[in-house]
Amino acid sequence: MSKTFDVIILGGGPAGYVCAIRSAQLGLQTAVIEREKLGGVCVNVGCIPSKALLHAAHVAHLVQHEAADLGITTGPVTLDYGVAMKRSRQVAEQNSKGVEFLMKKHKVTVIRGTGVLQTGRKIAVDKDVYVASKAVVIATGSRVKGVPQIGLDINKTTVISTDEALFLERAPTSVAIVGAGAVGMEFADIFNAFGSKVTLIEVLPRILPLEDADASATLARSYKKRGITVRAGVKVTGAKVAKTEVTLEVESNGKTESVTVEKVLMAAGRALNVEHNGFEAAGVKLTDRGFIQVDANLRTTADGVYAIGDVAGPPMLAHKGSREGVFVAEHIAGHTPHPIRYDNIPSVTYCHPEVASIGLTEEACKEQKLDYQVGKFPLTANGRARAANETDGFVKIIRDTKYSEILGAHIVAAHASEMIHELAVARENEYTVEEIELAVHAHPTLSEAIAEAALDSLGRVMHT
Amino acid sequence: MITKVVMEALSPTMEEGRIAQWLKHEGDAVKSGDVLAEVETDKAIMELPARSDGILRKILVGDGATTAVGNLVAVIADADEDISGVVGNGGEKGEKGEEGEEGQTVAAPAAPAASAASAGGEAEGGRIKASPLARRMAGEQGVDLRRVDGSGPGGRIVKRDIAAAAAASAALPVGGAEGWEDVPLTQLRKTIARRLTQSLAPVPHFFLTSIVDMERAAEAREALNALGGEKISFNDIVAKTVAMALRQHRACNAWWQESTIRYFHDVHLGIAVAVDDGLITPVIRHADRKSLREIAIETRALAERARARKLAPEEYTGATFSLSNLGMFGIDAFTAVINPPEAGILAIGAITPTPVAHEGAVQVRRRMHLTMSCDHRVIDGATGARFLQTVRQMLEHPLALVW
Repeated sequence: MSKTFDVIILGGGPAGYVCAIRSAQLGLQTAVIEREKLGGVCVNVGCIPSKALLHAAHVAHLVQHEAADLGITTGPVTLDYGVAMKRSRQVAEQNSKGVEFLMKKHKVTVIRGTGVLQTGRKIAVDKDVYVASKAVVIATGSRVKGVPQIGLDINKTTVISTDEALFLERAPTSVAIVGAGAVGMEFADIFNAFGSKVTLIEVLPRILPLEDADASATLARSYKKRGITVRAGVKVTGAKVAKTEVTLEVESNGKTESVTVEKVLMAAGRALNVEHNGFEAAGVKLTDRGFIQVDANLRTTADGVYAIGDVAGPPMLAHKGSREGVFVAEHIAGHTPHPIRYDNIPSVTYCHPEVASIGLTEEACKEQKLDYQVGKFPLTANGRARAANETDGFVKIIRDTKYSEILGAHIVAAHASEMIHELAVARENEYTVEEIELAVHAHPTLSEAIAEAALDSLGRVMHT
Repeated sequence: MITKVVMEALSPTMEEGRIAQWLKHEGDAVKSGDVLAEVETDKAIMELPARSDGILRKILVGDGATTAVGNLVAVIADADEDISGVVGNGGEKGEKGEEGEEGQTVAAPAAPAASAASAGGEAEGGRIKASPLARRMAGEQGVDLRRVDGSGPGGRIVKRDIAAAAAASAALPVGGAEGWEDVPLTQLRKTIARRLTQSLAPVPHFFLTSIVDMERAAEAREALNALGGEKISFNDIVAKTVAMALRQHRACNAWWQESTIRYFHDVHLGIAVAVDDGLITPVIRHADRKSLREIAIETRALAERARARKLAPEEYTGATFSLSNLGMFGIDAFTAVINPPEAGILAIGAITPTPVAHEGAVQVRRRMHLTMSCDHRVIDGATGARFLQTVRQMLEHPLALVW
């Protein structure tokens, strides 16, 4: 059987399915090929279920550590990770069904199976061949990976990835998390709240190594206060994997020690899904780093084949992939899409407190020898944060000295993920800190701290 | 259905038409065959008919404006149809400059490509679309937003546009290394280039003439020559003036290079010299940084070597702009042919005592015709005109030369 579509998208994750919706909106006959569940890693084993668990973790924290101060007396509290996990599965299922509904609503054909790219914009799925008359879009995404070089291959029992962590029936007694980026930070938060003894290990000198150093420091303090062992600048040099436990050898400052835990969660890097899909044979070249090589319009080296999402390069974020999906759909339809500003993609870690940022860190400004001013406002001086007992954190805005351009913004706050978009909109439209400050901010809100940080960068802070 | 109304060739030789008057107005229902507008062609007033039924949604070239055959002048569509793809947001880049911010009609400038080249961020009489950061940078760097092409959404002027504009008009580094900047052609520029090349191949010339009052320049020359030493000619004064004016008008100090326009940071002035069997154009390098006397000496030496056929190749190549003077032959005014890839040449006519109205009385004053030939792919009407205006002002106030 052979069937022709205008656009065929390989992969139904946040990049692929959004691309499909936009293509369909633009009147293109569109198909998505998905081998697992629609929504991809994000919806099924990533963003969404982990946020459900983080919500559970937050409630666990409130009930145990805050309720009494608020006059709420609870009986003995028991924590059951399995129940929270099951709820997170329901949320994920709902979202995946939601994507299925969206595909139907927009008349996108969903083809189940593994697609193999062939030359001439053809894709084989089992014995069927589908032809894309206009374009093929690769959106195959990425997957978890271990570090076999140091004996930490994912065995799914004692050495696990998020794929397993999201399905555990109970929280491990003790867990070492290798990698303190967003994923490692979030699971440290979750397991800690559910009673695990957590050791967070990061090879770089600080946790959240890609965020501003002030954010890393605040989170390190907050985590230590909660009893999480934070080990930054520490290298895992070896591992003894037994049936029910793992002993890690870690090295810092030339000293080697061992850490024994029930489980190790690997949260350092992801592998790209670029093998077994016929890409190379079809003329799709990879970069040195293993991403699919694309031009400014996200076209690969194969005629009529685009790549979006994780496979197309960093940052490997759902919202970056989705935007690329829209961009590519519009490009295929012959429009001139708004160029993607890769320097203006928000980065968010949903631990407590949350960390959200956009643009340059202060370190990067220094490295680039930019002439900048920093404005910073602590949440301890924010009424809303005090009312909600969420005073851990700050808003930091870095502006260019001469023109007040917003070079970067860093927020650590209970709702940083929701607050960052004020700055995303501002930067996308080239507002300066002055336009931020001139807009009236409602009182009392955490967002007032953004206006105050803007003022502070101009030397006019009011409430500290 | 959206129907584009274009300036039709209403006579066999018509290349552009002037909208004498729109007979239908925006919002009017029109039927195929209805007369939309009266158009003045090279020969007569003709009628521009509608080619489809619908609502005249948008008039892009107003009464009195002129546009080339084939250019979009209006849009007919259904009442609620989205025509932004045709009239806005880069739909028809060539017509961009004729649209206002909210799409209000503005009169197109006289020449078709000049209209197309007016800045994208600008709506004459309308709001300039620019980001707050771009506005701030423009203010600090003295960039006129009305002259900046916006590359942001909907033609909005953004940071990178100001950076580019500022770089293009940056002050020349004195004593700096040779420099230039290859500016990639914008869509607009490509369109202008293609259109004009098709109509006036191979180099689309246009000409601008200005009559300059040379009384004060003549006085200055007499005074300088009274000091002795190398005699200063009128040609030398014009050369020095043009070189200095080019510093202020880099848009005219450029080469057309098909895929890019090279804007020079230095002025190398070609001066056409008649030789026995033709003409050669020796080059005064860095003419803008040389004194009048240096230019006089060097011009004389180069001209002599030219006539003796002794110029080295580097002495007659690399000009960024040229001068041609036939004044000594009693030619009042003429048009010179551009020497590609240069984008302009200035033709200097004779200085002739002429009775003119001056300060309320008829006086006999020495006057000179300057005619600039421009490559329209590089220089637009207003751009060339502004340059020529500067030249004239400097010649009429020769003290400007010592700035």
